[in-house]
Amino acid sequence: MPVDAVARVLREERTRILATLIRVVGSIDLAEDAVGDAVVRALESWPRDGIPATPRAWLLVVAKRRAIDLLRREALRAGKEAEAVSLLDPDPEPPEVVRDDLLRLVFTCCHPALSVDAQVALALRTLAGLSTAEVARGLLVPEATMAKRLTRARQKIARAEIPYRVPAAEELPDRLTGVAATVYLIFNEGYAAGAGDDLVRTGLTDEALRLARLLAELMPDEPTVLGLLALLMLQDSRRAARVDAYGGPLLLAEQDRSRWDRAAIVAGVELVGRALRRSPDRPDRYAVQAAIAACHALAPTYNRTPWDAVVSWYDVLLTVHDTPVVRLNRAVAVAERDGPAVGLAVVDAIEGLAGYPWWHASRAELLHRLGRGGEAASAYRAALALDVSVPQAAHLRRRLAALSA
Amino acid sequence: MPTYIALTYTADVDWTNPEHADEMAEYREFGQAAQAVIRGGSALYPTTTATTVRVSGGKGGDVLTSDGPYAETKEALTGFYLLECADLDEAVAVAATMPAAWNGAVEIRPVIST
Repeated sequence: MPVDAVARVLREERTRILATLIRVVGSIDLAEDAVGDAVVRALESWPRDGIPATPRAWLLVVAKRRAIDLLRREALRAGKEAEAVSLLDPDPEPPEVVRDDLLRLVFTCCHPALSVDAQVALALRTLAGLSTAEVARGLLVPEATMAKRLTRARQKIARAEIPYRVPAAEELPDRLTGVAATVYLIFNEGYAAGAGDDLVRTGLTDEALRLARLLAELMPDEPTVLGLLALLMLQDSRRAARVDAYGGPLLLAEQDRSRWDRAAIVAGVELVGRALRRSPDRPDRYAVQAAIAACHALAPTYNRTPWDAVVSWYDVLLTVHDTPVVRLNRAVAVAERDGPAVGLAVVDAIEGLAGYPWWHASRAELLHRLGRGGEAASAYRAALALDVSVPQAAHLRRRLAALSA
Repeated sequence: MPTYIALTYTADVDWTNPEHADEMAEYREFGQAAQAVIRGGSALYPTTTATTVRVSGGKGGDVLTSDGPYAETKEALTGFYLLECADLDEAVAVAATMPAAWNGAVEIRPVIST
């Protein structure tokens, strides 16, 4: 049994088992320990014996047994009777229950009593199953800082008794902002290859899409959810075209658009319309980002991208979500519409992106187009000196090498 | 069920002064409404009555007292409640009905059970 296949199954099942086990044992820490143990046991035995017919049930039984051990040990240490927890439910959890458990986990990780940083970190670590190191890298903070942040967050959930439940209907819209941001970050973690050699970690993008679909099922009229799902679908529609034969990233301009997923684009565009119609006064941030993605998705070629519309949507986006990265993306669209000189001036005027590799890479590209090869090379080197994935670094080196060719 | 302490931070006022009668009535109203979860609590005299105590050089050392609260802040600790709630969500919901929540802020902390 190839280790890759085992790892893939484990990655897919881990979160579901964890979500269920947290509900059963009432403790994230304990459940994480037990699931971690079950994963280790699977890594030992599955490559040798093969993946069980029902890997989730296998993992859940092992994790539950481990949880019982841990509970007993804890009770012994505390000199108390072990709480009567019926952990060995003979029937596997039906899919609806597993789904609800995942939502509970989503809303607990994104509870407003936790800082946004903690919410995002917890969801990536606990919900998406990334390592602490990957979460740290994804969020651009030192690993030790991230480890402390996660410990504090789990402690707060346990000690302050943040409930493990899906919020009531009247609270749902308010609770969504953090959830949407978290799901989008998980998607990006998979999509933008911020965490390693594998450019499209489809497990994570799929997980984010699945969560977004779940949220859309739960709240079919919520523009944030519709916008989020539309955005994820439209971005994901390019998945097959985003990498070349060697796994290197391809820019929007270089992609073979016939490989874009038409069905996903049609569905995504329809969702954008629904999301925007539901929020005419203050457009939702995700719906607007999805509208920008739709402009690209519907353009038959890169050169026929409606840059005017793209820039206008970015202007709308800035009214609800003004960040340096959004400004950079707008500047890139301005460069396409008004030429590299105008674009470069806009890019250069953005502050706060000196540590962001794509600011340097965008400058490099525009400097190159303006025939300023020396400055372009320096800018590519500045980008390479920052934290980029292996395929992205290869891409930047190719662009750098092409300058002198 | 977990117990929380709700610390009310508001303007540093003298609750016994009749000019705060309306606000005190609001707190009594809150106390009635939240009767089921309140396990204790009191309003505090203003920080002008506070004494801060420290012992220098370890246990048994010199007792140093100073006039005033531990920390001088714009809003002061002016009262507290002990709440027994199902979870943090319920504690937050209760805290949101305390007059201090709109006249200042309420800090909720879980109490270590003994």
